[in-house]
Amino acid sequence: MQYAQSNAELFLSASDSTPMYQQIVDQITAKVRAGDWLPGQPLPSIRELAAASRVSVITVKRAYTELGQAGVIVTRHGMGSFVAESPELSIQLLQAEFRQHLDAMLGSARRLGLSAREIRQRVDERLAGPPSESTEDSTP
Amino acid sequence: MSTAFSLAGVTRRYENFALQNIDLSMPEGQVMGLVGVNGAGKTTLLRILSGLALADSGTVEVLGRAMPAEQVAVKQELGFATEDMRLFKTRTLRWHMDFVRAIYPDWDEAYAAHLLRRFNLRAEQKLAGFSHGQRVKALLLLNFARRPRLLLLDEPTTGLDPVARDEVLEALADVLRDEARSVVFSSHNTRDIEQMADTISFLHDGRLLASRDKEDFLDDWRRLVCQGAWTPEPADWPEVAAVRRNGSIVELKLRRFSEELLQRLRGQGLEIRSAEPMSLEEIFVTTVRAGGAA
Repeated sequence: MQYAQSNAELFLSASDSTPMYQQIVDQITAKVRAGDWLPGQPLPSIRELAAASRVSVITVKRAYTELGQAGVIVTRHGMGSFVAESPELSIQLLQAEFRQHLDAMLGSARRLGLSAREIRQRVDERLAGPPSESTEDSTP
Repeated sequence: MSTAFSLAGVTRRYENFALQNIDLSMPEGQVMGLVGVNGAGKTTLLRILSGLALADSGTVEVLGRAMPAEQVAVKQELGFATEDMRLFKTRTLRWHMDFVRAIYPDWDEAYAAHLLRRFNLRAEQKLAGFSHGQRVKALLLLNFARRPRLLLLDEPTTGLDPVARDEVLEALADVLRDEARSVVFSSHNTRDIEQMADTISFLHDGRLLASRDKEDFLDDWRRLVCQGAWTPEPADWPEVAAVRRNGSIVELKLRRFSEELLQRLRGQGLEIRSAEPMSLEEIFVTTVRAGGAA
């Protein structure tokens, strides 16, 4: 039995190593991209989202600030926040997604100890040829 | 913006312990988490805020009123849930609810009924039959249902099973919907605090080590794993709180992380293999071990 009904709840995890505010940014971005929340639609208030998702107000504030800077939402003083109407929104989102993948790729390259030259080489190979399955072990 | 409370130069001495020179305040509508080991002074601080203990020196203001001078008015709007508060074993929870309701006109019976269900408590049961977890939840219910403007919760989730802990955090989230209400809660479960608090205050040995916005805290601290030969001169690196080395691998805990700092470390011949955010617990332990400021 629920006391307060709300569709503001996001599904966040304290054991995820992604910071809480980033999880909020990611989920709202995903909801906007999927069309759950349409351009111009009001977002839940900061407090509502915080209470529903059981995180602190300051964490949601920070997420909304970042979403504003990324152009996903606009905040009108005294009126709350809305999904941005911007037509380039999806491009911006894809750009942000690409940046994330790029960072992740560079991270794993670093863990593998790959040099900048090796990374470039692999990217070039991938761009030039068809997707490879098992060229990895071709060295004798 | 008005403050939920404000302490200046507050000191309180006991025979074996002293809370020393505490300057701390919190804007209304926020949630503050007090972190500290047993005996750090968390409960003493909460008792001073509630008017149950007096400061030897310094000034205490709660909900815009001077304490202890105006404590009668303050207590109407303040709830303090602590294990110190005695419940009567031979009486039922219903009896306790009626008792509190008779004293506090803001008692919200509908919300109390809701909390009974959420906490899975039986109003007609005598307190003698309550488990530890049920007693804690009963105590929280008696405070939450008054809807006080300032809620002080001393270790609200300690000794609770995971399900009960979750119920309590959910009730705490209700409070947060109202921007005029503030919460200060102490815990040594830093995960609860990490999730719900806007500000975090570290207490150790009667002193306030740090008090900041949670996001700033988490932003500033990083754990680096590096490789290379580097023996730092501690005085030259105030941003570094701790260094551990095992052969060529060096672990650094940074209290003031920045790209510029990473560059300087690379300049020392360190290869940085990973830089990860730290949990509040790691930050707290590192701060205490480093002996001071976070």
